[in-house]
Amino acid sequence: MIRGRGVEKRYGRKRVLRGIDISVPRGGFVVVTGPNGCGKTTLLRLLAGLALPTRGDLLVDADRSRIGYLAHEPLVYRELTAVENLDLYGRLYRIPERRERIGMLLERFSLWDARAERVATYSRGMTQRLALCRALLHEPDLLVLDEPYSALDEDGAALLDRELEVLAGQQTVVVATHDPERVAVLESSRLALA
Amino acid sequence: MTYVADVLALTRKDLRVELRGRDTLPAMLLFVLSTLVVFHFAIPDDAGDNAAYGLLWVAIVFTALLGLARAWVPEQEHGVLDGLVLAPCDRSAIWLGKTLATLVFLLAAQAVALPAFVLFFEPLDATAIAGVLLADIGICAVGSLLSAMAAASRARELLLPLLVLPLSIPLIVGGVGAAVSADGERFLLFLVLYDAVFAVLSWASFEYVVTE
Amino acid sequence: MGLALVLALIVVAEDQDQGVSQRIFYIHVPIALTAYFCFGLGAWKALLLLWRGEERYDLESYVAIHQGTIFGALTLVTGSIWAKASWGHWWLWSEDQLVLFLVLFLFYCAYFMLRFSLEEGARRARSSAVYALFGVVLIPVSFLAIRLAENLIHPTVFTRDGPQMSGSMFATFCVAWAAVTLLAYVLYRVELAGKRLDADLRELREALQ
Repeated sequence: MIRGRGVEKRYGRKRVLRGIDISVPRGGFVVVTGPNGCGKTTLLRLLAGLALPTRGDLLVDADRSRIGYLAHEPLVYRELTAVENLDLYGRLYRIPERRERIGMLLERFSLWDARAERVATYSRGMTQRLALCRALLHEPDLLVLDEPYSALDEDGAALLDRELEVLAGQQTVVVATHDPERVAVLESSRLALA
Repeated sequence: MTYVADVLALTRKDLRVELRGRDTLPAMLLFVLSTLVVFHFAIPDDAGDNAAYGLLWVAIVFTALLGLARAWVPEQEHGVLDGLVLAPCDRSAIWLGKTLATLVFLLAAQAVALPAFVLFFEPLDATAIAGVLLADIGICAVGSLLSAMAAASRARELLLPLLVLPLSIPLIVGGVGAAVSADGERFLLFLVLYDAVFAVLSWASFEYVVTE
Repeated sequence: MGLALVLALIVVAEDQDQGVSQRIFYIHVPIALTAYFCFGLGAWKALLLLWRGEERYDLESYVAIHQGTIFGALTLVTGSIWAKASWGHWWLWSEDQLVLFLVLFLFYCAYFMLRFSLEEGARRARSSAVYALFGVVLIPVSFLAIRLAENLIHPTVFTRDGPQMSGSMFATFCVAWAAVTLLAYVLYRVELAGKRLDADLRELREALQ
């Protein structure tokens, strides 16, 4: 699914990623660990397709419509409601039966009641849950999650646990986290960045 | 025709965000009216009628700059631009959606400004108004792209006018010419040329500005 | 190479026996042409960067545009001197070339502002490249605009006193043009090499850490 060799990412003089090798089979569940600033986010951005490596080869066997990405930022419009946000992304991702899918996801992540409120009024946990909905909206084959638990409260974390259990094995998942114990059960391999 | 659908969805989104936030359009309206009033005091009595047209164009460009400076702000909050870039739609659709939305705001501001101008200063004929419309297209097309470039920088409020002004000089020539010259059609044709060339260039190169 | 350059410039100086305005013309026009060429080269390298994606094109494009801007500034200075010598004014809005270069100078100065305010990396390289392409398209469009504006704002009072060049004058002109082009090329190579050296040094330092 993913195959990378000697992957490097440089921003001018700053080398953020040095010679990473990565290999993830379809259906794998990779946990990426490492201290802050070691390049976890950069690596995930490369996997999601938001940036190209400056050196090395990276092959991701999925195009933009099959990749779901959860960033540090929620990637949702503050002035729009949950439904409006997901509707926009639903159109851009060409999801069939958009309305049903949106409704189902909002329910699953306990956002149904707040669906018509602007994101600006949400708590941090709610915003993160909406971001998860956004990432999962188009049923991606490859899920790239950058510290998904960091902004979630206990309830939200429990929802995510459940979701990941369902996804593991079916989809390919790459998770960067400070708390690898949480997903240790699902983990198939680990990548530790120095 | 999903391209068109994408563009419309994006434009609609921009209009909706503005309607909720309600900060850019009122500012543009107020700014252009204030500028026109300032001009009244700034033009000496014997400057001649045509001086007013030149100042109209200065007002238009700076009002457009105001709108353009805010154009990508909704996408900067919460890092939304990455979300749009990730989507399978064509990146140029993002540019086109934003350009159309900015154009709507500029036209809305002008719907107030132009009558005010006629009231305070000089009449505007059909050629002059056509010039305004054509120049609007040019400035929004190029400005959208440049605004996205500037948005990534540390000094975006400073940078945007510097980037836009040189490129808007031909538009000002075209617009003033259309309003003032007896041979206005020539200037309109020139504006069409500018729009065609720079809109295509902006459309094609947006992809490279938002990806790494 | 430097020696040939100096010789060429001396030959040019000796050949000129006309008044100041003509002498400046021999330098002014080649400098202007070289500036155009540098901007064109910068845009070409920019296109290569966007198309092929190789990092080196960013530096090459930047250096070319840097040279072009320097020569553009020189064009404005020499053009101003020429205007003063020929018609007694330091600036003439009716002179197409001068006005065009003023607009371009502003445009390319903004190029550097853009570069200085973006963080190093692919984003900066690509935005600079796109801007450079806009620049090269702006040249003909601006020229058209200035032509149109001329009749609008200042009726053409001074007809362009383009020198009808006789054989020897033409030869002098060509020598001057060659000399300036050579100068530009040398400066380009020197600056490019210098910047590459900087980058290599930085990489070495990084690798040693």
